[in-house]
Amino acid sequence: MAGDADRPERVSLTEKAAQLLARLTETHGPLMFHQSGGCCDGSSPMCYPDGDFRLGNSDVHLGDLHVGGIERPVSVWMSESQFEYWRHTHLTIDVVPGRGSGFSVEAPEGVRFLIRSRLLTDEELARLGS
Amino acid sequence: MTVYAAPGTAGSIVEYKSRYDNFIGGEYVPPVKGQYFENITPVTGRPFTEISRGTAEDVERAVDAAEGASAAWGRTPPADRALVLNRIADRIEANLEQLAVAESWENGKPVRETLAADLPLAVDHFRYFAAAIRSQEGHSSQLDGDTVAYHFHEPLGVVGQIIPWNFPILMAVWKLAPALAAGNAVVLKPAEQTPASIHLLVDLITDLLPPGVLNVVNGFGVEVGKPLAQNKRIRKVAFTGETTTGRLIMQYASENLIPVTLELGGKSPNIFFSDVAAADDAFYDKALEGFTLFALNSGEVCTCPSRALIQSDIYDDFLGAAIERTRRITTGNPLDTATQIGAQASNDQLEKILSYIDIGKQEGARVALGGERLVHDGDLAGGYYVAPTIFEGHNKLRIFQEEIFGPVVSVARFDGYDDAIKTANDTLYGLGAGVWSRNGNTAYRAGRDIQAGRVWVNNYHAYPAHAAFGGYKQSGFGRENHQMMLDHYQQTKNLLVSYSENALGLF
Repeated sequence: MAGDADRPERVSLTEKAAQLLARLTETHGPLMFHQSGGCCDGSSPMCYPDGDFRLGNSDVHLGDLHVGGIERPVSVWMSESQFEYWRHTHLTIDVVPGRGSGFSVEAPEGVRFLIRSRLLTDEELARLGS
Repeated sequence: MTVYAAPGTAGSIVEYKSRYDNFIGGEYVPPVKGQYFENITPVTGRPFTEISRGTAEDVERAVDAAEGASAAWGRTPPADRALVLNRIADRIEANLEQLAVAESWENGKPVRETLAADLPLAVDHFRYFAAAIRSQEGHSSQLDGDTVAYHFHEPLGVVGQIIPWNFPILMAVWKLAPALAAGNAVVLKPAEQTPASIHLLVDLITDLLPPGVLNVVNGFGVEVGKPLAQNKRIRKVAFTGETTTGRLIMQYASENLIPVTLELGGKSPNIFFSDVAAADDAFYDKALEGFTLFALNSGEVCTCPSRALIQSDIYDDFLGAAIERTRRITTGNPLDTATQIGAQASNDQLEKILSYIDIGKQEGARVALGGERLVHDGDLAGGYYVAPTIFEGHNKLRIFQEEIFGPVVSVARFDGYDDAIKTANDTLYGLGAGVWSRNGNTAYRAGRDIQAGRVWVNNYHAYPAHAAFGGYKQSGFGRENHQMMLDHYQQTKNLLVSYSENALGLF
């Protein structure tokens, strides 16, 4: 879905988050995101070494983040059941000062990835076919 | 009314060490890699002690210590283990005020809650499991005249426990008490947001437990939690947190073929049927308070009643009164016993809540109250505070579907019983729910029809030991807070005994 030039994106990232991803890739190798739900550190994007989190039939691919300086795009995923409630929104991955979360790799840096959301426009939704 | 002095200032009843190492084999040992991180209080946003930044090497040491201690602890008679648990309870009770202030400073929750709930519940929890293990019985079955099957409860061995930051001491105790009662040795990882108060507790009880039975490794999820969950020598993992990490822990557990218990949060409905407003009496007042409980613990509770569903014919009046009730909530310094809502636990939590308030507004939900960050004066200016917030909208909005973990409630109306149940169950989660009605039949039926592991009827946010707590649907599995949790920390040994003198006659 992402990479198709005519298709609007569902997910993007801020410049600060892109810089952090580039730094983290040097330490951890290629990375991926899986959006979490639920308690405590939930409702946050979890960043893992690519392949560390095993994806399955219950996951939806939201898009690929192309980051300057990183060879392989960073894929972003969410469970299908959660996507049903999120599909009308566009997500931007940002980063804020924070103190850890789950097993996400950025925590020891004293920062935390965070989702900012906006509504997809009617036109974007039509082009996404959802 | 009391305002406790902030730890680190004159007159405080809490004294922290300048740093906390890992607690392994009955003593504090520095982390192998020698790294530390600052522990910040959300009350002011400033650091107050240093915490060891553990790694896989420290986890290995802790598992070594736990393995060395588990066999003897598992063989210790239940009465003796129960006695240790009771002594731990007594020790906590004797230091309750100090621990309550520390827990407030650590997490940002109001001290009136830690004094009245977190710590008394922790004390009671140890006593409950002391009683549960003493009264636990195995089973025997006579299969025929000469053959008997005996079923014994045996401990698992070494277990890993990953603790959340919303009730740092109480959630640790919910996991520790049944695991220790059942005869296991524990490697525990506190939340990196809130590690210090657990160490005040450990300091108090070090002499009560044999070395190695309880080990605490501090650090970040990716550096300590992950190697703990992946460790080949642990026999079980217990985790409270969110869904993605829950799935990851199950994936690791599948590699080692070990069981897990997971408590993964919710989006709990709180349903108010019309008859609650049949009279303006004590019960109506109780129901309004039940609505306002979304703000308890600053909303940082897995079972926060974050969706209020109100029957249409009472909607306007009930919500109007509930808004007024919520408006009267006293916010401010968590160490002031008059404060009802304190700080959110961390800066990223504050930012997340504000991002949800933003998407709620974008989706067209109406802000009926709050909807903003609170900035207090003086030392509190750098702390993480949010105004109690009431949104009106409908159940398909993201603020009705995602756990915000802040003092934010999303309110919708319903028409009739079926609509109430349909909306209540239209969620990925199933941890808690509330039902309010003067009609016992309605309340009972709703309680049974809601897909959640805990349904409060005409009350909310009570967590007494001996009432099972755990999730349906994507809220996880396992039942804490009840003697059935012993089963999750034990395995069954069947001894199948023949008392016959005679051969089978087959060979």
